[in-house]
Amino acid sequence: MGEKKSAVEILQTYDGPPVRIMEVCGTHTHEIFRQGIRSLLSDKITLISGPGCPVCVTPVSFIDEAVMLALEKGATICTFGDLVRVPGTKMSLALARGQGAKIQVVYSPMDAQVYAKEHPDEQVVFLSVGFETTTPSSVLSVQKAIEEGLDNYSLLTANKTMPGAYRAMADSTDLFLYPGHVHAIIGTSLLEDLAKEGVSGVLAGFTPKELVTALAVGVTKFAQGEAFFANCYPRVVRPEGAPAAVDLVNTYMEPCDSEWRGIGWIPASGMQLREAYSSFDARKKHQLPKIEGRVNPACRCGEVLQGKCKPSDCKVFGKGCTPEHPIGACMVSGEGACSAYYLYGGDNK
Amino acid sequence: MNDTVTLAHGAGGKQTSELISKVFKAHFANEYFTADDASVLPAPTGKIAMTTDGFIVSPAFFNGGNIGKLSICGTVNDLTCMGAKPLYLTCAFVIEEGFPMDQLEQIAAAMEKTAKEVGVRIVAGDTKVAGKGQVDGVFITTTGVGQILDGVETSGAFAAEGDDVLVTGDIGRHGATILLERNDFGIEADITSDCAPLWNSVHAVLSEVPDVHVIRDATRGGVGTVLYEIAAESDVSVTLEADQVPVDPAVQGVCGMLGLEPLYLACEGRLVMVVPHDKTEKVLEILHHSAYTEGAKVIGQITTEQKGRVIMKTSIGAKTLLPQPGNELLPRIC
Repeated sequence: MGEKKSAVEILQTYDGPPVRIMEVCGTHTHEIFRQGIRSLLSDKITLISGPGCPVCVTPVSFIDEAVMLALEKGATICTFGDLVRVPGTKMSLALARGQGAKIQVVYSPMDAQVYAKEHPDEQVVFLSVGFETTTPSSVLSVQKAIEEGLDNYSLLTANKTMPGAYRAMADSTDLFLYPGHVHAIIGTSLLEDLAKEGVSGVLAGFTPKELVTALAVGVTKFAQGEAFFANCYPRVVRPEGAPAAVDLVNTYMEPCDSEWRGIGWIPASGMQLREAYSSFDARKKHQLPKIEGRVNPACRCGEVLQGKCKPSDCKVFGKGCTPEHPIGACMVSGEGACSAYYLYGGDNK
Repeated sequence: MNDTVTLAHGAGGKQTSELISKVFKAHFANEYFTADDASVLPAPTGKIAMTTDGFIVSPAFFNGGNIGKLSICGTVNDLTCMGAKPLYLTCAFVIEEGFPMDQLEQIAAAMEKTAKEVGVRIVAGDTKVAGKGQVDGVFITTTGVGQILDGVETSGAFAAEGDDVLVTGDIGRHGATILLERNDFGIEADITSDCAPLWNSVHAVLSEVPDVHVIRDATRGGVGTVLYEIAAESDVSVTLEADQVPVDPAVQGVCGMLGLEPLYLACEGRLVMVVPHDKTEKVLEILHHSAYTEGAKVIGQITTEQKGRVIMKTSIGAKTLLPQPGNELLPRIC
């Protein structure tokens, strides 16, 4: 028997093969910074902040669509606050508001549905972004709108699913730190399958102890050489996930190809409303044309999201691009990698 | 008397004097409270401190206080931070037409009670009534004059390496209270604002330990913002023990749900004090025996390892920076 080391000691003294770990969840990115976990890691461990912030991966064209709905179609936009300041091709929703757009910040899709009910003379569009964790509540708001017979409520969907993203990003990392809450919904069988395909990962919770434990298990298993999956968040994530939530989403939505900012189109990585519910699909209801968004060329969010560069490698980071005046989405969102780097002072190492 | 405030109450005529005598004079009366154009006061000796603050909190009544109590606490605590005994206050009201008279009465009563508690006199006031919709409810501005205690000199620039950093109680309750009162989030929790006048406690401390280096009240921006101010003004760093920062579990729960940092939630009855290390024990002992500061605690030290920044030692033994204060979390908390 060797001497027992704590998880922190394992991370501090790790001397196996160099390992890149991609945290897929924006909340993980922020907690890792907030708890100073990067400062504990041996030089052989590199953390990469991946595409797990829903606002960050939402493409510019989505903002352009929302601006068009607000300014040209006269719709009231209900949205999570983060999206308001994300730059579009020409403008953000915040700027559109200055030109008369009606933008309501809400904390839940259900609030948007209630707003629609209370304002029957307005056409209300909820900006439905998010991963498996958020999508069920968007669907619930549609279900409620149907029950109440609302004809002035719809979703502009950019809902995303993780499985396609893992495969698309597998070459950028040696090991995934999987997002606990996504798999609390969809379960872990996919992650078992990925391990069989040679993609390793460890599922983590969100407390400091859960994070360091998951990282320590991850590097220890990685050093052993075999592809693996380990669930280090068993108090919340069960192998079967939450079938009720999955069934609810599948009743109203179906997979579609989806554009991820900086990564491009990933097949079957998004969710859209089924044809039967197209009257709640803002694109169809308000006959939006196809829009091609253009990203500010100075912004390297796309590479940041793929782990190809660090936020601090970007020329505009902390200079032209700050949380007060963001150029890229990763600086806007509270979960974005650039915002975390900025707030916690660079590499924090 | 009408049961709501009308524009006539602000017109300067009979109804104005009726409002003043029935509501304000009834509560604020003392030998210096004046009906003349200005009050005439005995001049204190030594140095005085003077400050002013506007209060527009929404809602005006909240768990643990109301805008009246807050308007006295805010100015009393600002004077307190300079080691100044609060002597005189003035208050200016802007009241929305239609504001219920009984609520105005409650606000004035809270002001009277809070002022008496620390022995400060309200010596002059002003009342304006604005049309419906031109203000929201009632706004109050208070101005205060205090006499600085002999031998006391505090400033954000006086923090020195090796000093201890204290808070006088658990943090963030006022911000969390207002957040919940607005009911935007559908969260219910039993949280009471920390709103309190702190002169008596600080007076007790300064009477025995006059060389406290810094006293700041952690209002808008919370303790985190105050620590960044001290770090910048004194050209030092503040190293916090994250585990030692006292946060009520209900406040912590609300912050967890909403993704907020308690260090950036406003307090209205909490001070940050920077104290020479050899005086810490004495200061804590006095605070623990004084009203509103029973929960005082050392949360960190003044260091020089990263000047201008606030460093957090986290529960797993790592060090990280406290993010710099950002956008205003919530408008109209005070």
